[in-house]
Amino acid sequence: MRIRPQILYCSILLISLATGVASAQNAGASSGYPVAQGKLTEPEHRGKGLYRRYCVGCHGVRGDGNGENAPYLDPKPRDFTQATFKCRSTASGSLPLDSDLYATITRGIHASGMPSWNPLPSRDRSDLIAYIKTFSPRFHEEQPGPALPIPAEPPASAESTQRGAAVFQDMNCWSCHGKDGRGNGPSAHTLTDSRGYPITPYDLTTGSRFKCGESDRDLFRDLMTGLDGTPMPSFTDALKPDQLWDVVHYIRSLQTNHGQDGEAAMVGSKTETGK
Amino acid sequence: MKKNNLPLVVTVVLLVCSASVVAARTGSAPNNPSNASAVVTGVVKFEGTVPKPTHIDMSQDPKCAKLHPAGVRYADIVADGNGGLENVVVFVASGLGDRTFDPPTEPAVIEQKGCLYEPHVVAMRANQELEVVNNDVTTHNIHPQPANNREWNKSQPPGLQIEETFAREEISIPVKCNMHPWMRSYIAVFKHPYFAVTGKNGSFDLKGLPPGTYTLKAWHETLGTATQTITIGAAESKQVEFVFKARPSM
Ligand code: HEC
Ligand code: HEC
Ligand SMILES: [Cu+2]
Repeated sequence: MRIRPQILYCSILLISLATGVASAQNAGASSGYPVAQGKLTEPEHRGKGLYRRYCVGCHGVRGDGNGENAPYLDPKPRDFTQATFKCRSTASGSLPLDSDLYATITRGIHASGMPSWNPLPSRDRSDLIAYIKTFSPRFHEEQPGPALPIPAEPPASAESTQRGAAVFQDMNCWSCHGKDGRGNGPSAHTLTDSRGYPITPYDLTTGSRFKCGESDRDLFRDLMTGLDGTPMPSFTDALKPDQLWDVVHYIRSLQTNHGQDGEAAMVGSKTETGK
Repeated sequence: MKKNNLPLVVTVVLLVCSASVVAARTGSAPNNPSNASAVVTGVVKFEGTVPKPTHIDMSQDPKCAKLHPAGVRYADIVADGNGGLENVVVFVASGLGDRTFDPPTEPAVIEQKGCLYEPHVVAMRANQELEVVNNDVTTHNIHPQPANNREWNKSQPPGLQIEETFAREEISIPVKCNMHPWMRSYIAVFKHPYFAVTGKNGSFDLKGLPPGTYTLKAWHETLGTATQTITIGAAESKQVEFVFKARPSM
């Protein structure tokens, strides 16, 4: 009789202890993904709901790019578990800044299945970014590098274009993009992305539909940072800013319809607000 | 009873845990393996017919082709008359416990020379500096494609030097120059200093292993991985042999 309350007390304590442990464990795994660590923050949690609604069909429940539509897409949806991104303002090998991911999601990626998510409220886009970052532990372990600076663009001129052509030659851009920039260089047919899928070097004469933005500054940034996960290398150590601008001017000279294509010009001026 | 014991149990567990962590720290082997005791020497052999090297066509970049007037040949399997297999990474895969090692201060070096990588297989430490040198008159791009490390891809014109590091162990990271499709090398990254790459006669040595039982592995880019276990005492020397057989398809 006298032991009873003690047993009761003990079992209540044990039960509460056990449930406490269990709920702590559940909190750790509450995302349902092995890679996501700890409890989701409020934005990550909101992002998860949005991700499940808008992105999962292509990028997959685990963020590994294996959504149910992936088999029909070329290029393949990004595998977020690798944390390797094409469109960055940071050095090759560095994580992107949130603002880079925000710009990509807003813009969409030309010549791929990745749509523009501009119609979503900006908070939703931010929360989506918070969530896709939980797929890779790298976002916990590393800081994204600083944005590489983009100096003011010098005026385009015939001389600048000519110098750019020489750099295009010296940097072996032609080995992939071809002597005349049509994407048919001698190495072009051997290229794959880092997941092993064949990839085509951009045809520089087509004029627009660049993956990471249409403006001169966007092109300058592509050349500086490279498109990670693809054969397109970073030229930031190899070339001085003036030389990079010369190459941008040369690329523009290859685009037979640049400046005439109303749509491209419009998109270009819209994304050039960073100037 | 249980209620009273719980704090005690927790305390004991905590004490044991922290004690074992301290023990692991202080039990570390010296960071300089050369002044420790045991030596494992050995040879990696290839059994079967060594495939004929194939011709590399460098004509797409005349700056490369000009360096090899007599042509270039390449084979993934390089073995001498005794079957000594070159370019095999031999390493301790387990048995070192929680020991940690500071990375060396001298860099590991990979060179681009004659539009080929030199050496073909680099073994280095996590967080050790990798110096990438271009001794050619043409531009390369150096593009490691790791599974477990940061991926980067940098253009490297003549004269430019690049320094990079890999933070995590990975055996091995394929490295490409996408401009010159024949250019390929491998970088093996270790968190400890007990590894070697076999030379021309397939030989290797691992110096300064603390006494213990280890899993040794040998990795070759196309022949795969071979494993064996060794036990080594203080100041002991051991001979080890690995054998790779020709792939059935050949
Ligand atoms: C219809 C398929 C599809 C849907 C839906 C989709 N994506 Fe993508 N996404 C892609 C493809 C394909 C790529 C790769 C494009 C490439 O590599 O050129 C990609 C790439 C990306 C990238 C990588 C950008 C870079 O710099 O490498 C991000 C970030 C991204 N998507 C976010 C999202 C988010 C967030 C959503 C949901 C709001 C979403 N995607 C929905 C197909 C899709
Ligand atoms: C080793 C091969 C290779 C070399 C060298 C190379 N590129 Fe590329 N480049 C590519 C590939 C592949 C793509 C397409 C990437 C993709 O679709 O994701 C690309 C894409 C581009 C793009 C389009 C970027 C975008 O936003 O869509 C531009 C512009 C470009 N390259 C310019 C250059 C210039 C200029 C050089 C030399 C200074 C150069 N590339 C050197 C392979 C290469
Ligand atoms: Cu090369």
